[in-house]
Order: sequence, then C-alpha cells, then structure tokens
Amino acid sequence: MAKADEAAATITVEGLQALLRAIRAGGYRAIGPTVQNQAIVYDDIESVDDLPRGVTDEQDGGRYRLARRDDDALFGYAVGPHSWKKYLHAPKLRLWTAERVGENASVTPEAPPTDRLAFIGVRACEIRAIEIQDKVLVNDMYVDPHYQALRESALIVAVNCGKAGGTCFCVSMHAGPRVEQGFDLALTELLDGTEHSFLVETGSDEGRALLAQVPHRLASSREVEAGEAVIEHTAASMGRNMRSDDLNELLMSNLEHPRWDEVATRCLSCTNCTLVCPTCFCTSVEDTSDLSGARAERWRRWDSCFTMDFSYIHGGSVRASAKSRYRQWMTHKLATWIDQFGSSGCVGCGRCITWCPVGIDITEEVRAIRGGDASTEDSR
Amino acid sequence: MPQTLKACAPPPYPMAPTMTPVTRFIRESAEVFTFDLAPECATPFAPGQFNMLYAFGVGEIPISISGDSQSPERLTHTIRAVGPVSAALGRLKAGDQVGLRGPFGVGWPVEEAKGFDVLLIGGGIGLAPLRPAIYWLLRHRAAYGRVGVLYGARTPEDLIFGAELEEWRRTPDLQLRVAVERAGPDWTGDVGYVTPLLSKLRFDPADAIAMICGPEVMIRATALALEDAGVADSRIFVSMERNMKCAIGHCGHCQFGPLFICKDGPVHRYDRVRSLLAYREL
Repeated sequence: MAKADEAAATITVEGLQALLRAIRAGGYRAIGPTVQNQAIVYDDIESVDDLPRGVTDEQDGGRYRLARRDDDALFGYAVGPHSWKKYLHAPKLRLWTAERVGENASVTPEAPPTDRLAFIGVRACEIRAIEIQDKVLVNDMYVDPHYQALRESALIVAVNCGKAGGTCFCVSMHAGPRVEQGFDLALTELLDGTEHSFLVETGSDEGRALLAQVPHRLASSREVEAGEAVIEHTAASMGRNMRSDDLNELLMSNLEHPRWDEVATRCLSCTNCTLVCPTCFCTSVEDTSDLSGARAERWRRWDSCFTMDFSYIHGGSVRASAKSRYRQWMTHKLATWIDQFGSSGCVGCGRCITWCPVGIDITEEVRAIRGGDASTEDSR
Repeated sequence: MPQTLKACAPPPYPMAPTMTPVTRFIRESAEVFTFDLAPECATPFAPGQFNMLYAFGVGEIPISISGDSQSPERLTHTIRAVGPVSAALGRLKAGDQVGLRGPFGVGWPVEEAKGFDVLLIGGGIGLAPLRPAIYWLLRHRAAYGRVGVLYGARTPEDLIFGAELEEWRRTPDLQLRVAVERAGPDWTGDVGYVTPLLSKLRFDPADAIAMICGPEVMIRATALALEDAGVADSRIFVSMERNMKCAIGHCGHCQFGPLFICKDGPVHRYDRVRSLLAYREL
C-alpha cells in the first residue's frame, strides 16, 4: 500500500454500499464502526446500514457520550474504545497445544488465521498505530506469525476525519488527521446540504481494482477542495495539543519529577489506558493443563504495565508503586519507544484520556512536567 | 549422542517450545539444581545467553545456560527453585522432558576481552551464567591476560559447583576467591561480601574487563568497587534479570528504560545502564 497516487473519484452512499459488497464478495470479512452499548465499536458489518449513521461522540477526560448529528454522516465521530489491534493482535490467543503420550510430549503450534480482514473506516492515527505495531511484531528481530498473516492480507479502507474528538491530538503527533499512506482506499465524507458523497483516493492496486467494480466518477475540483476543507477544519479543531519534539529528552531527564508522585495519587492502575491504546502491545502468557496432566496449552493475552504481576521477579515486583507504573507507561509511550523503534509510541488518538476513569490527560501530564501551563504551551 | 548435531531450522513459531529430554540431573544445594538437555538439533549458544524452559503444564521461565558453549549438544542449566515453574523443573529426573526455546540474548564479551585481564564476579546463582565464560577463558587461556573469579554466597551450604570450585582453585593461572556471608567455624575461606576481595586479585585496572552477575544490589556495589579500583565503566559488563514472558521482544515485560533485557541483554555494558540503575523501580 502506498501513498495516494492519482486523481480522486467520487462515490455516493450507494457506491459505498457497492464497495462493501465488492469487498465482501472478494472474500474479505468486513469490519467497521458500529453502535453498541452507547459507544462506537468495531464489529463485523454487512452493509452501510450497520455504520453509525447520524451519530457523533462527545469526548473529554474520563467522559464519552454519543449524540445525534443533524445530518446523516456515516463517519461523523472520532475513534471509540476499540482499535484495530483487537483484530491484528488479539486480546486472547491460543499459541499452542501440547500432548503427553507416555514419556514423550509434543507441541502443536496454532496455525496463523487465514481470515482476510477488511478494515472499514480506519483513521490516519490508526494507520500510524498499525505501522507502529508492525515495527514491534513483524519488523524487529522476531516475527509474530499470527499478526503477520492477518496484517499482510488486511485491506484498509481509510477515512479522513471529518470531526476532531474532544481528546484528539493527532496533529501534535504528526499522525493525522489526513490519511497519507498505508491504505488501499481512502474516503473523505462530503456532506453538502442534500448531497452526501465520498471522495475516494486509491493507494494500492487492490484499491484501484475495487474502485473499478463500483459506480464512481472523477471528482470535480469543487469536491476535491471541499475534501481539503474537511481535513483542514478537523486539523484546526483538535481537542488537545502537546508539544512533542523533545519528549524523549524531557521525560528521561525528569524521572524524579514530583509530578509522578502527584499523578500516582489519581491513577487507579486500572489498565484502561493500555487496553484502549492502539499501540500498546504488551502481553502475558498463561500455561494451563487439564486435570490428567496429559494436555497443556499456552494462551497469550493482553497485559498491562500497570499490574503488579507485570514486573514480578522472585521476591517482588520491580515496579511496586503506582508512580513507577505510570512513569513506565508514559515514558515508554512518549520517550523510550523512540530509542526502541524509531518513533513515538503515541499517535494522539486521545483514547487514554477519554477512557481513563479519573480523566488523567497525558497532554496535561507532559505540560506539568514541562513546568509550563496551557497558556504558554507552544501548540502543534 | 552424535558428536555434531544438525543445526536447527529457524522456528516458524517463536513461542512454541521443543520438548527436549533431560539427560542428567544433579542437586547443587538445597535450593539449586543443574540439569542437561539433549536437543535434537544444534542451537549453538554464546556464553551468557539464556533459554526459555517450560515445565509441562506449569509454565516457562528464562534460564541462563550454565554449560560449555563448545559442547552445544548438551545444554546445561542451573536453577534455583524460587517459584512454581522452577520448583516443577526441580522435580524432574533424567528421561523427563523440558520444553526448550532459545538461545536468546546478548552474552558476555569473551571475544572483545581477548588480550585483557578478565574478572568474573558472581553472587549466588549468578555464578551459573558466568560458568560458560569461565569455560571459554580456560579453553582459550593464552588469549587472555590474568583471569580472576570472585564468587559470593550466603553460606557454605549454598555454594554451587563445589567440585569444580576445587578444580579451579588448583588451576594454574586462575585466581579464585570464594566468600560467604555467614559461616560456621569449619569454614576457612573468606567471610563477607565479594567486593572487598577485589583487592586480593592481581589485575591491571587499566587493562581489565569485568563481568558481573548476581542480585542487582550486588551488581551496583561491585561495579562501584571496580570503578574505584580504576576499571572504566565501559569495560564492566553486567547480566540483568527482569520478568520475561516471550524472550523475543514482544511481551514488553523485561523493559528497562529503552532496553529490552531479552534482546538487548541480558548482558549489558555498564556505562549504558548505570544511569538507569540509579532510579528506583525503573
């Protein structure tokens, strides 16, 4: 998948429906945003009717509410609690089973899934997040075969955000809102009074082949300009901002800053931030056996640096205090990730702020450590 | 046992262990035991590297290889029973099987140390990951300057590799000092920590490389003493331990600042970790 490389096309809502049909007919399992339990979450979708029509979200520290829009937008909201890592890097995965026959045991690895996933409505920050997880799970010293199989066959239909969420700061992290690479198709939703259409950019041969199966026409220059205006408006209305050019030096030279103690008085170590984060990749393994001891399995599950078990070595946990665990999470996300994988681990999606039950705001914590306040914060 | 094993193919499933027979099990002390595994294909290892060992149905832990890297057809591990998995491994006997993944990580700088005086300092079970380096140095003795081994344990009963310690004591060109923290009247060796024994070793601080393995507090104290003696921090190497679930840089548990102990270590150059070691709970 590459950068958008040719003139944009325009499709209607019916065209989007045809696109979903073509994707599913091509053997993909289509997954996209849906409304469930008063939140926008990713799930299997069959048609445009499964998308959250006319719905938006209100997000702030520790707060998430859905609301009605006064139009029929299908992508008129920011990201919800799910991210695509739910599919690519499963929350729970059996890695292998083992069987003991007499003196000998043998281990049978779980074969990688053969599902071809089509992600519908992937935002720029989420593409960046997937690319960040690629660096950890595929492009480092060892390959995770399950992630690799799903990732390589995945189709990405991206969406340029038409609305910035209340906790969004992708602009600060240079991760959005414009989708620039890593997609097969990229949509920009255009809502112009009575007209409802989508600009479509193609980013791969597969994307071009799909578009060719769908009724579309060349976008007019007015439509292209309208699409630009949507993205510019989103970029200009970020709910949060954070200076990000010096975070490695700033945080690693402030490992004993009093703010860590202060945030520890609020942090519940609940692990929400790590579960909703689209880049957090940490896992644990659970080795189990049946009662006879003849069969055993290993499961991998998401883990969090906020638990005591995470750093346990005989005698106790290395990070016994909430302060040290919050510091580990934030310094890893914003600072040491750069040493490890060449980029920040943060994409500015704002999920950790929204889904923190006490509304801890990573941008505010950085500001506090920087010693400045919001009024002097040098934005974006 | 064939003398040369066919090399193992790179495992397509890096989290899947290979069940491997235990060929020898010996008890070193009340808590510590050593066993050999006979892998079906060769997984050459460097001194200081570790394997992930799986006790069937119980769990998996990282264990440094304590045997001779020049005989990789026999993988020796020395383990202290401290948790459920190490305790389960301690109940094995010859003929049983252990799940094996590895080897992993960066080992001791035995090549870089050629031409230098070499100091190896182990605390407790920390002597086990150093033993492959000692074997290496003895096998290539002429390539190195003076070699000194310091080993500290809690009591004489906790000492591991007893017969070998006697052998090393008699080995020409190998300085060995063993200290215990507490001892009865029949102990004739040194009492206390290992750090004061540094002054008993003959070495040229300007031309020495040190390798340390033991509890973190012992590592810090020993590195400090070495620096006081004039050894540069870039010539001190320390082997570190953290919680580890995968050993392949994916689980995130072993992070230490920017480092993954599993793939950037377990052996680290001290000047690259000393500032991080200064922070509590990092």
